[in-house]
This record gives sequence, structure tokens and C-alpha cells, in this order.
Amino acid sequence: MRDEVIRRARGAVAALALAGLVVAPWVVDDYTTAILARTLALALVGVSVALLTGVAGMPTLGQTAPYAAGAYACAVVGSQISDVGVVQLAVAAVAGAVLAALTVPLVVHARGVIVLMITLAIGELAVTVLGRWRSVTGGTDGLAGIAAVRPFWGLPVLANDQDRYLYALVVVTVLVGAVLLLLRTRAGLLLRAGRDDETRLRASGHRVPLYLSGAHIAAGAIAGAAGSLLVVAQQYISPADFGFDTSALLLLGVVIGGTASIGGALVGAALVIAVRDWLFGVLPGHAPLVLGVLFVATVYLLPTGVHRARGRWGLPSEPADQPDASPERDQATVPELHR
Amino acid sequence: MMVVAAGSNRIDPYLIPALDGIAYGLLVFVAASGLVFCFGVANILNLAHGMLYAIGGYTAAALFDGGWASLALALTVGVLAAAAAGVLLAGLLAPVAAGNHLSQALLTFGVALAGGSLLVAGFGPDDPQVLVPAALEGSVVVAGHRYAAYRLVFIVVAAVIAAALYLVMRRTRAGMLVRAAVDDPEMVACLGVSPARIRAGVLAAAGALAGAAGVLGAPIIGPGTDTADTVLLLSLVVVVLGGLGSMGGTLLAALAIGEIQTLGVALLPSAAPFLLFAAMAAVLAVRARGLASRWRAA
Amino acid sequence: MTGLLTVEDVSVRYGSLAALAGVDLCVHDGQRHALIGPNGAGKTTLLNVIGGSRKPQHGRVIFEGRDVGRLGPAARARRGINRIHQRPAVFATLTATENVVVAALPRLTPRRRWWPGGRRRIAQHRAGPLLDQMGLTDVATVPAGHLAHGQRRQLEIAMALAGRPRLLLLDEPAAGLSAVEVGRLVELLQALPRAVAVLLVEHRLDLVYALSDTVTVLRDGRTLAAGTPDEIRTSPLVRQAYADGVA
Repeated sequence: MRDEVIRRARGAVAALALAGLVVAPWVVDDYTTAILARTLALALVGVSVALLTGVAGMPTLGQTAPYAAGAYACAVVGSQISDVGVVQLAVAAVAGAVLAALTVPLVVHARGVIVLMITLAIGELAVTVLGRWRSVTGGTDGLAGIAAVRPFWGLPVLANDQDRYLYALVVVTVLVGAVLLLLRTRAGLLLRAGRDDETRLRASGHRVPLYLSGAHIAAGAIAGAAGSLLVVAQQYISPADFGFDTSALLLLGVVIGGTASIGGALVGAALVIAVRDWLFGVLPGHAPLVLGVLFVATVYLLPTGVHRARGRWGLPSEPADQPDASPERDQATVPELHR
Repeated sequence: MMVVAAGSNRIDPYLIPALDGIAYGLLVFVAASGLVFCFGVANILNLAHGMLYAIGGYTAAALFDGGWASLALALTVGVLAAAAAGVLLAGLLAPVAAGNHLSQALLTFGVALAGGSLLVAGFGPDDPQVLVPAALEGSVVVAGHRYAAYRLVFIVVAAVIAAALYLVMRRTRAGMLVRAAVDDPEMVACLGVSPARIRAGVLAAAGALAGAAGVLGAPIIGPGTDTADTVLLLSLVVVVLGGLGSMGGTLLAALAIGEIQTLGVALLPSAAPFLLFAAMAAVLAVRARGLASRWRAA
Repeated sequence: MTGLLTVEDVSVRYGSLAALAGVDLCVHDGQRHALIGPNGAGKTTLLNVIGGSRKPQHGRVIFEGRDVGRLGPAARARRGINRIHQRPAVFATLTATENVVVAALPRLTPRRRWWPGGRRRIAQHRAGPLLDQMGLTDVATVPAGHLAHGQRRQLEIAMALAGRPRLLLLDEPAAGLSAVEVGRLVELLQALPRAVAVLLVEHRLDLVYALSDTVTVLRDGRTLAAGTPDEIRTSPLVRQAYADGVA
């Protein structure tokens, strides 16, 4: 009964938020609309981070890599092959998925803090490549002057900030809906089971590495699609869009949102990005300092952050005797990589 | 050197980059060994490690005027300042639950962001000029090539630091404990030392190493706005490649990274952007297969 | 009777310590086989070897006529070796029903595993009866993390049975249970279908005699004796071993 009420309330809040997002471009100015469109793209990356970190139990600091792959693939396709949004979106998602697939062997056997480390290195190396591969990426100058996109064959191009924002909103809504549906299927059930107790899942006869690879590739595709939205929103991309701080901000947003909740990840990532943009607007010189202090403060304020080593990532409803199981597993992975 | 001199012409153009690679690799090794401690002993992913290095670099830029006395001063201050920053970081980490890697990583990232901003505020946004000791300003002739004396001396000094680290790890009680802790994290719990103290000690040692690397390596990877990121990335790659905890592996990985960044770029300029990535992917993929078979065996 | 599981000359060493030193064991179809012995005799290690979570340095494990020595725990579970752990292992954030559904999936054909809407059918036809059998119907929608220890043990048995095992490995299933719960457990295990063979490790000899038709005694990593419960009960050799083990 109470669950039902909560579910209804949550649905109502989500509907209200969506309605607010739809009318937003008529309420705020063009500049803010453009910022909002970019925030939507980043929030979608946040969803992919939550999918890996919270749902699959693989904490990641490297989703900027497929995000960047999608963005640059979309930019190249956009300026040379097709201005159709659906095509660009598909190409970007495939690019993100391919990059994620290539990095699967690096992450799928590692756990806990080691995944964090490896994914961070992957993300940073991707940015390094972007900065140096001038012939394709334009180096640190980035790619500018990307042609305007038309959402579908026969439709007009998206000429102003409002149209681009609404396009991004539609894509994000559809993709997030797809993710939510996917998580309600057996695939989502298995991912949650694996996060709860991977050894047990294997003992039941499940091919856990296969599932984790699938989740990793799916998350890469989502991040890639988000990259395409970034290109549409900004019409300009550079390696600075995919830096290490972006990964950390998104991870913070996802943790604020409750790690395993897709809606929470959307809200958390959007919130964190908005705070960053606002800070850099009002305090140009000292924004990183304030942002850093906010990071520390947020960690202290998080219900799961301080003195509550529950479960793998501090999820609710862990059994009483679970806490000692998770450090064991995380630490057990350290010698695993010793060779 | 003799061999190179004899074989001369074909190897010649690559001698200088190769030497640079050794200097670069040893520098990265000293910096990365601090990260290995953090990770191996305290099980913390310290994203502020690059900032600890930057503290050393800025100290060198501010205090060092070319004389030996000021070098000693800069080294002392840099090491102490970075170690103090490490202890501060440990203090900030104290309230965070031990097993919560996500919160720990995010907190250290916040500290890195804030600390980097403070460094820029204190020392200015422009990358400062770093001198080399006046006595080492010239160049020496190596196998018929002129090579910066400072780099040659740096190679020797860094090799001495590496050897000292090795001896400390092999011969002293503290080193033994560190190795035991890396091998078996539960060991630390059995020692009866409070985890908070261990964390403070480890982060102080990591800070000292990063600070020393920052002061001595300032002429190679100088202080600046990108320094922290660069050093953190290189250290991470080295730690991951080096097998997360073994000193020998870390040294090998660091030297390999150094050569890739210098000799590799000289040999294959077109592939330069991907070399680091490819090296990591290759090593990790090989290791992952080993891991997978171990996993089935376990 | 045919040999369902044959363990041949299995040795496992931890460093210089030999946990198993050439053990032979045979479990037949539908057999209720108990493994007893003093602490450190290697009973749990032997279960690990059979379940696939530990590789022996020497020896073979043959299941249904095939050498499964190279397979990991997951692959062995798919072939019908399922295990109950000393500490009940369940998926804490999943409901009891979802736990059983997850455990049932690997042994279904791929088509039935991923058929749209099949999840509800598996829950109704597979999980429902099993939960009922274990007396867990009332808590079917409760996350497993909120269940009591005894309920989690029963849930784990339901999960093991959902995987349609040919061989069920039970590692001290009565550990941590109250007297009432132990009574229920014995009833449940006695009611298991005869298609399932059971290999039971248990300290409590009263349970061993109540549940098993064959007993193997391990000591210092070797097989000391094997026979019916009555033979073992009266064997002076076994009494001697237990007396030594306790002392």
C-alpha cells in the first residue's frame, strides 16, 4: 500500500519534471536553453555511469571515453556524410559501444577500486588521444562549425537553441525510458543479483562476465549517444569537454542520486553540472576551489558516505551480516591482479 | 654507451630520446611509488596524488635559485609540505567509511581540485620557470652527443632513490609490513595498529615521495596547471601496468612509459597519440587472460 | 546403481599443508551421502573441489561420466551440481521470488529463459511451489536481506532446487539454526525428490544418521572408512579418529 503511494508520487514528480523541461525553453533565455541542452547530454552520460556503478556494480570514472568517441564520430559523420539526427545518433551509439567493447577485457575481471583506476586511465588516455590525433579531432582546438542537424529525413534542420534543446530532450526521454524498461526485464534482475552477490550468481550457473560485458557495452552505447547530443547542443567539441573532472562530477552526481537509481542519476548529474556551470559563471577565478570544497562536503553529507560500510556501495536493505562480506571481496581483488 | 658509440650511425638519433626516457621513467617511478603505497597498503585510490607532486614542483620554482643550499632547502620544504598535505588528506578521509572506495575517491578528487586552485592562486596562473643547479647547467658529451648534465645527474639521483626504496622495502621492518599489507590486506588488521594511523603514515610517505619527485623533476615535468593531471595519469598507468603493488613491476612499467613517451614518439611519430593507450591495453589484456584462468582455478 | 559422481585420487595442498591427500569418493544416483570427520579433515575442501571453486593439484572429478575438472563453478552448476553454503548466500536486495527465478534461469533452454513474459511464468510455476514447499510463501515479496537466518537457509535450498540439480552439496546446513528450524530442515531434506543425490557435510552426527544412507569418514585428508550409518556408528576406527580429533 505504502509502496503503491510512493510509486504514484514518484510517477507524478517525474511527469511534472518532464512537463517543466518541455516548457523550459519558452521560460528561459537562449543561452540558458543551450546550457540546458548540454546538461541533458551530460545527464544521459550520468545514466550510463549509474548503470555501471550502481546497477552492475562496476564503479567507473571512464565513461567520458565512449562519450567522446560518440561525439567525435557524430561530428565527423555530421560534417561529411549525413545531417540526419537519427543516423548520427546511431553512429555515435555504435562508436561508444565499440570503444566499450574494446575495453571490456580490461575491466571485466577487475573489481571495486581497481575498476575505478583502470576506467580512469582509459578515460584520461582517450582525452590524450583526442588532443594529439590532430588530423581527425582537430587536436586541443577541437572541431567547430559542425553542420546543423535535421532530426529525421525530410524534416527541417534544427536552426535555433530551442529546437536543439527539444531534440535533446526527446532523445534523452526515449533512451532513459528504454533503459528503465530494460532494467525491469530479466537482464536487469540478473545485473542486480550480480551486484548483490557475484559469487552466488556464478554458483547458480550464470555466466557473470558475459552479463558484465553486456552492461559495459550497453553503457558505452548510451554514453556514445549522449556524445551525439553534445555535438547537437554545442555545435563545437574539444577534448576539454571530456576531461577527468567531467567523469568525477558525473560520478558524484550519480552517488548523490543514490547510485543504483536511474532517475536519481539524471537528477544528481544535472544538479552537479548545473552547480559547476553556475559557479564558473559567478566566480571565474575560484570556481575550482569552491567546487572542490563542495565535493568534500557532499561526501560528508551523503548518507552512504560516512561510517556506514553497508553492502558493496552502501545500498539500502542489506542484511545484517553483509557488511563484512563486501570489504573481503574488494580486497580479494587486489592480489588477483598481482599476476 | 660504448656499444652505442661503436655501432654509431643507425642508433645515434635515438640515443638522446632513450636517455631522456630513462630520466622520465625514473621520475614517474618515484612519483608512482607513492600511489602504489596508497593503493596497496591503505587501499585508497588517491586522485590528489598529482597535486602532491605539483606542490613539490611549485616549491622548487619558488625557492630554488640555482645554488646547492637553495636546492637542499627546496627539497626539504617540498618534501615536508607534500607530506603534510598527505597527512591533511588522511585527516579528511578519516570520517569516511573504510570500505567506501567511491566516497574516498570523490573526496580525494575534491581535495585535488581545491588544492590545485590554491596552488594557482598562490603561485600565479602562468607556468613558472624552473632553474637547474648552476653547476649542472652545461652539457656533457655522451657517446659523441651533448647531453644536459642535469638530466644525467637526475638519472643517477633517481636511481639512488629507487635503490633506497628497494632497500627500505626489503630490509626494514616498515618495508616488510608494507609488503605484507600489499600481499594480504587483512594482515594490517591483525597488526593491532589503528587503521587511521596507518592511513596517515602511508599518505605522508606517498606525499614525501611525490614531493621529492616534484622538486627534483621540476626541470623535466615542470609545475603548471596541467601538471597534477599529467602526473596522476602517468602514475595510474604505471601502477596498473606494474601489477598493482610490486616494486619491480612498477619500476619496469615506469621505464617502459618513459621510453614510450620519448623514444616511442621519436621512432613512430604518427602513432604517438596511441602508444600509451596501446601499451596499457596490450599489457592489461594479456594479464586479464591470465587472471581469467586464475579465476577459474581459484 | 550407477556412479553419478566419482572423485579419484584428489589431492589439494595449501602451501606445505596437505588438505586432501588422495581422496576417492563415489556418489550414486539419488544417494544420501554424508561426509564426516574431525575439524581439518578436508571436508569443506572436498566440497569446494567438487563444486569447482578449488582446483586440486592432482586427481579427477567425474560427473555423469564426464571429467568436469576443467570447469568452473558456473559451468558445473549448469550441469547439475548445486551447492548450499555454510553461510546462506542469497541476493539481498532481490525478493525471495526473484531469488528463486534468478537461480532457475541457467537450467532453462535459451528460448524459455528469455521468452517475453516468461519471468512471471517462471515465478508462478517454478518459484511459487518451491517457496511453498519451504514455507516461505508469506515472505515471497520480501527482500532476502530482510529475512531471518533460518528463512535465508530455506530460501537457499529453494534456489538450489530451482536449478534442477542432480547433485546437491550441503555444507553444514544446520549451522546457526534453532532446534525448531533444524527439525524443519531435516523434514525438508528428507522430502527431497529421489532424483537429487545429496552430499552432506555435517558435524552433528544425529543429523547425519537421520539424513544419510551412506557415510564416508575423512581424516587428515584421507578416506578413513565408508559404510552405512550403522556400520560407521559401531566402527572402533571411527570412534578412535573422533577421539583423536577432539583431543
